[in-house]
Amino acid sequence: MDTVRQLLIILIGSSLVSNVVLCQFMGLCPFLGVSKKIKTAAGMGMAVIFVITLASTVAGVIYKFILVRFGLEYLQTIVFILVIAALVQFVEMFLKKSIPSLYEALGVYLPLITTNCAVLGVALTNVQKEYGIVTGIVNGFATALGFTIAIVILAGLREKMEYNDIPESFKGMPMVLLTAGLMAIAFCGFSGLL
Amino acid sequence: MNKACERLINGLVKENPTFVLMLGMCPTLAVTTSAINGMGMGLTTAAVLAMSNLIISLLRKIIPDRVRIPAFIVIIASFVTMVQLLLEAYLPSLNDALGVYIPLIVVNCIILGRAESYAYSNPPIPSLFDGIGMGLGFTVALTMIGALRELLGSGTFFNMNIMPKGFEPIRIFVVAPGAFFVLAALCAVQNYIKIKGEAKGKDMSKIGSGCSHDCMNCDIKCDSAKEENK
Repeated sequence: MDTVRQLLIILIGSSLVSNVVLCQFMGLCPFLGVSKKIKTAAGMGMAVIFVITLASTVAGVIYKFILVRFGLEYLQTIVFILVIAALVQFVEMFLKKSIPSLYEALGVYLPLITTNCAVLGVALTNVQKEYGIVTGIVNGFATALGFTIAIVILAGLREKMEYNDIPESFKGMPMVLLTAGLMAIAFCGFSGLL
Repeated sequence: MNKACERLINGLVKENPTFVLMLGMCPTLAVTTSAINGMGMGLTTAAVLAMSNLIISLLRKIIPDRVRIPAFIVIIASFVTMVQLLLEAYLPSLNDALGVYIPLIVVNCIILGRAESYAYSNPPIPSLFDGIGMGLGFTVALTMIGALRELLGSGTFFNMNIMPKGFEPIRIFVVAPGAFFVLAALCAVQNYIKIKGEAKGKDMSKIGSGCSHDCMNCDIKCDSAKEENK
């Protein structure tokens, strides 16, 4: 029972309370860049959930069975970034060949994820917080879920704001950042949950 | 020597990575809760940037074009690991304050961007100074943003109490939402300068069209380059 409880706490904590974009500022590039339409935002979110969950699984296994076993923990940054880059390329090729429908939905977003710092960030956080493999996967999934929630909400707000009368200098990025700031205040409200 | 000076000025003023190019926004927002944190992050990034630029420039004739991006990433990641271990050993307090953002320097687009656009096609000495210039430009920017947030949010400057007694700190500036508001203001000022400059007919194309769009472009460029090589 205790493990389930702990996993639930991680799930809520990583997705809502310490939201990856709004509280930790990881993955800001896609968050600001691909949030013009709800549809593309949702697609990006799905791709991020897919890649982060997979990457935290692979990174967790490699860390536990290769790096720790041979005492090479200090190589984690180099190994993780290479594994993630290779993984994204591999997933892209695999989806293209075997599941074309999924590739069409997620394909365009996959290359953009390679340098999304949230992927590397999750792998490193899992190690820093000494999560096991299962806990790490749950944490990865929850983090990506938080990213998806945030990007879809932002895209919805941006669609509504499209025809608003905004001062010239605030058009574009400044307005999006102000919106993100207000969302961050709202997400601060979740900190009472845990 | 002129070339070196020119690279330094270029990084500090003309192509300041934060204020002009708007690159590397994740660490800019995350660690600038105080001036000292911003400065630490800036100097750490500057050290990595200078060393990776130097090594990439030295190896530019050996690295094959097809695998240059992975090669850059390995070189950058090695320096980040070295810097991280050094910080852990000699400046543990800074290491704790910056936390996961130190290894995340690997995916900072300033570093990969400079490797790709300058170090890979220029000789070692200018590349080294280009890295130092860009790194110092980043440090100055981060320290300024950090100082501003610290001053408004906790009423201190480099941990010194300098605000008058009646000043009530605006706590929101040191927590997450404040970072977005500060960056929004910064972007707005940049937009304003750009609009004014364009009205006068100056060339403003170098100024980033919006934060982080450069990041996406960089990704797309890297990938289209990969496609070409296939």
